[in-house]
Amino acid sequence: MKMLNGKTLVLAAVGAAALITGCEAPPPEVVQNGYRGLGMQTNYNTDRLQASLDANVPPEPIPAATPGGPKAKDVYKNVQVLGELTVAEFNRLMVALTNWVAPQEGCYYCHVNEGFEYDGIYTKVVSRRMIQMTQTTNANWKDHVADTGVTCWTCHRGNPVPEYVWTSDPGPGQPSMIAPTGQNVAAKSVAYASLPYDPFTPFLMQDNDVRVIGETVLPQGNRSSIKQAEWTYGLMMHMSSALGVNCTYCHNSRSFYSWDQSAPQRTTAWYAIRHVREMNNDYVVPLSEIIPDSRKGPLGDVYKIYCTTCHQGAYKPLYGAKMLKDYPSLAQPLPEGGLEAVKAAKEAEAAAAEAPEQQAKAEQAEVPVPAPAEAQPAQEAAAPAAEPAPEAQQPAAAPAAPAAAPPQLRYPPPSMMQYPPAPLQYPPAPAPR
Amino acid sequence: MAMLSFEKKYRVRGGTLVGGDLFDFWVGPFYVGFFGVTSVFFATLGTLLIIWGAAIGPTWNVWRINIAPPDLSYGLMMAPLTEGGLWQIITICAIGAFVSWALRQVEISRKLGIGLHVPFAFSFAILAYVTLVVIRPVLMGAWGHGFPYGIFSHLDWVSNVGYQYLHFHYNPAHMLAITFFFTNALALALHGSLILSMVNPQEGEPVKTSEHENTFFRDFIGYSIGALAIHRLGLFLAINAGFWSAVCIVLSGPFWTKGWPEWWNWWLQLPFWS
Repeated sequence: MKMLNGKTLVLAAVGAAALITGCEAPPPEVVQNGYRGLGMQTNYNTDRLQASLDANVPPEPIPAATPGGPKAKDVYKNVQVLGELTVAEFNRLMVALTNWVAPQEGCYYCHVNEGFEYDGIYTKVVSRRMIQMTQTTNANWKDHVADTGVTCWTCHRGNPVPEYVWTSDPGPGQPSMIAPTGQNVAAKSVAYASLPYDPFTPFLMQDNDVRVIGETVLPQGNRSSIKQAEWTYGLMMHMSSALGVNCTYCHNSRSFYSWDQSAPQRTTAWYAIRHVREMNNDYVVPLSEIIPDSRKGPLGDVYKIYCTTCHQGAYKPLYGAKMLKDYPSLAQPLPEGGLEAVKAAKEAEAAAAEAPEQQAKAEQAEVPVPAPAEAQPAQEAAAPAAEPAPEAQQPAAAPAAPAAAPPQLRYPPPSMMQYPPAPLQYPPAPAPR
Repeated sequence: MAMLSFEKKYRVRGGTLVGGDLFDFWVGPFYVGFFGVTSVFFATLGTLLIIWGAAIGPTWNVWRINIAPPDLSYGLMMAPLTEGGLWQIITICAIGAFVSWALRQVEISRKLGIGLHVPFAFSFAILAYVTLVVIRPVLMGAWGHGFPYGIFSHLDWVSNVGYQYLHFHYNPAHMLAITFFFTNALALALHGSLILSMVNPQEGEPVKTSEHENTFFRDFIGYSIGALAIHRLGLFLAINAGFWSAVCIVLSGPFWTKGWPEWWNWWLQLPFWS
């Protein structure tokens, strides 16, 4: 009996220890997102939050360049995107870029012996396109990135390829008699739930409707299926873990679809989905032709962007650190005249806004960011104008696409059609009754 | 309400925990006792406060009346009455009434010289409630983590708290609690229907006894748990349902802030098949 008691005690102690080691220590750090008692709140483990805060710190900005001096386009060859910068600002940005993207590899990651203007290396062509993507993001997608903006560091964090990217997931091996379902594994991409593990293709590449819920009390014509809902939930699980938040950060779960009961963050997320979709389709995927196979996924598609790419567990990338303000050359596609022209345009805008104050207020109510919206077409017109006149040799592989209409992408690409099989695809709505 | 002829026999003095003979009397069929008085006091005060809260609130729609706990910013302090303080006082009243009710059960049990099984069982319901509105809020550092008092509003709270952990059905203690609730319902349905079938025989037949009960279940599932043990089983299932409910919610937040699906990664991390 005594022996039994001793054994039982040891067993109980081991059991209790196992339980306790799996636990976190209270109290958590909690942020209230809704009315009191509604249960809309974000819960953080204090240790992990501190680790995340420490990990998401931007590097010290490089001291500002001395103003004035010749333009980069007049001094260097084949400067297609940043030509309007002064040489000092241009070089400052190049140093920053090297620190952000290729600190180990240095300048020669993109520039090779044939000369700094040589475009024959894919990393240089990709970098140029990524700079354009960053500029467009900061100018056109303020609904997502606000004035905080993004820089190369937001995603790259010192890695030539951002740490968090996605490719089409072939899934685990399946016995030959069982058709792959595209779900039912504890996939990290969907926070370890059994949901479809590649919700990115249908929503962050294709433009399937994320919303599946009907808008009427009774089922009247909404033909979305439960299977489709699982893909939506998969995307939502990804967004939650990418931002380190839970469903209630954006939604009041009593009514997921209802905008007037949701948190304002949901609006940002709505724009974010469309923004990421544009980045993948207009910037990342068109580079497929020049990116080597070693930089592609198991099914041969390039590494693409999803929420984790920038957010990396933080509700705002780098917890909202304003990095962009130190690198104004990334804030918009550069117009004729470079940063001075941007500054002048902004000052003129401010002056115009001050004079007829009431009128400006009314305008702002309707159009939240009038400045970029108006300035944009002019800048865009300026950018492609520079493109058709490249000074140096431009390899055929370089994406000349941006000037013309971007190629309409088919997903999956024809090369992928043998695998994965059909069930992995986003399911179509059931036939109408 | 007249007293039944044999009831007098059980109306014995003594067995009180507090108050001696002072409240040792009956009102109609109800035993009073010190805790009967406190039960009525707390229940009445709490109910009136809810009605007052409804009166100063935006609606009399019974579904939508909402007495919400304070903002999280008040932490474990008292909040102004109209900003959650009312919820705090109503919570005190509720706990006072529930605990008084359990202690009144204790006094009646002592009076009759029976076991304390009834208050023991009831205390698990109280435990679940206290876990929700006291233990978990204290562990998380704010009264605002309690659930609001209102028909729709408490459902919204339940839904949102579930979604705070992405998918609450992956919570292992929640799985246990649900299983116990459902099994409890099954056992009660089987037991209740069996007893009713015994006392409602065919026309002209006598009422059947435990031999028939046992035989039915031996034919049915090969085993009859017996007349006494079915009640032990019922008590076991019911208190476990309440207990694991309390565990599943006290884990969520104080001891686990991630999504519940992720908790199961220990299974994937077991060395011998990963």
